[in-house]
Amino acid sequence: MTESPTQSDPSAATEHSLEDSPLLFDNVSIAFHGAPVLDSVSFRVRPGETRILLGPAGVGKSVLLKLANGLLRPDSGKIFLFGQEITSMPERLLLALRTRTGMVFQESALFDSLTVRDNVGYQLIQRNTPDETIDRRVHRALTFVELDHTFDMFPSSLSGGMRRRVAIARAIIDKPDLILYDSPTGGLDPVTSHTINELVVKERDVYKTPAILVTHRLQDAFTMVTHRFDAQANQMVALPEGQIDPMTTFLVLHKGKLVFDGPTDQLLASQDPFLKDFLA
Amino acid sequence: MPSDTIPEKLDKLARRWLMSVQEYSLFCWQAVTNLFHAPHYWPDILTQADLIGVGSVPIVVLTGFFTGGVLALQSAASLAQFGAQAYTGRFVSLSMIRELAPVLTGLMVSGRNASGMASEIGSMVVTEQIDAMRALGTDPMKKLVTPRMISTIVMLFLLTVVSDTVGTAGGAFVSVFISRQNAAQYFSSAYQALVFADILQGLTKPLVFGFIIATIGCFQGMKTTGGTQGVGRSTTQAVVISSVLIIFSDFMLSRVMLWLFPPL
Repeated sequence: MTESPTQSDPSAATEHSLEDSPLLFDNVSIAFHGAPVLDSVSFRVRPGETRILLGPAGVGKSVLLKLANGLLRPDSGKIFLFGQEITSMPERLLLALRTRTGMVFQESALFDSLTVRDNVGYQLIQRNTPDETIDRRVHRALTFVELDHTFDMFPSSLSGGMRRRVAIARAIIDKPDLILYDSPTGGLDPVTSHTINELVVKERDVYKTPAILVTHRLQDAFTMVTHRFDAQANQMVALPEGQIDPMTTFLVLHKGKLVFDGPTDQLLASQDPFLKDFLA
Repeated sequence: MPSDTIPEKLDKLARRWLMSVQEYSLFCWQAVTNLFHAPHYWPDILTQADLIGVGSVPIVVLTGFFTGGVLALQSAASLAQFGAQAYTGRFVSLSMIRELAPVLTGLMVSGRNASGMASEIGSMVVTEQIDAMRALGTDPMKKLVTPRMISTIVMLFLLTVVSDTVGTAGGAFVSVFISRQNAAQYFSSAYQALVFADILQGLTKPLVFGFIIATIGCFQGMKTTGGTQGVGRSTTQAVVISSVLIIFSDFMLSRVMLWLFPPL
């Protein structure tokens, strides 16, 4: 039933390709209280590539994302982040490496005791950046997500969708080399989900930052591959009929296994019973 | 699946308890060693000092004053039977400085702040704010735990001094205005009874109690699981464990102090 991975072949990774790949999983497994969650998962993210991670709820998508920047440690296998093996890296070194990634959490995870300005500029504040620079960059990041008016507000006074957009601003403010989106549209209404998808596409097409996007909503996933961001019109537009974004590819998890790793056309053409059922 | 026998249950309980002790020891070690590694979050230390110290002043003043008062009230009646009412000041100051001020202040601050730390950090854990902090390159142990530990130790020391003073004053108030004793006699008796060992004992204890309150509060918060219900559980456990440890360590410290400085 497993679709053989076609895009990535981590076992054949050379030192050169390791440095090229922002992220590489090599036979990664993890279990909680004896129950396996991920079993021998291998894939990679190439420069400029957006990988959409699909799978049913509770399959371990968020766990995979937390493994990707060392928030969790695997039981076996190796994870390379920006060419460095993070599996056994001390937390002190990992903290520094994580500043090169941006992460959008499922429920935003904004610091509720801080204003939007301090949330978005958190990394800059920790680095003792001058206040004027922080203000300028926070305004720029908030303008990107079209929430500049929330600068002085607290997260508690924002709606769910606005919090998600602030979380995106926090993730991109320091121009990360890899962005990890954990179900950015989860629990949002269709209109707000569209806004979030537009922001993800905008980030992908404007900054070309490699990313992993976790979702269980197929509609969001296919919006990502069939749309592009029109900078002049400042909105997301559909690609011409039959065209897809070549740098947006799929990973599918099922029962802890990576059952698909490849581009959109291969996913749609797959004869795997689970995939056919999942995509139906 | 057959349920565990009693020895198996005891085995699991002992293992879990040992694991918790090990985790707590490592947690404390990390919190302490962070003192010697940058970055140091001085603004957070000051903020916590304000929350823990200044915020606890009203309850510490009230508790200290009425404890000193009730000590004077009870002891005056007992001492009067032996014609020793003049020793009320000595009794109150020794009891307050050696035992009651550090322990009661510790318990008050534990109830107020260990619970606060556990619930605040626990809420941050369940809403993934701790993960977000790590993802943004900040060590939560350095940012959240070590500042709380420093602030609690320093502020509990100072609050104990406040409680000593207010407790002695409460005893004086009752002795002078209710028991109709001479104020000069009370203060003279209270002052002359004290020796270096009493002061040392009374001011060493809050340092240990402060460490217990902060580390237990933060530890319980950090290992919170199970959503809002888990936060409530952590909060309760933080107060219960820190209170019991305060009483236990008070006993141990008293034993050590009496061994080091035997009464003349």
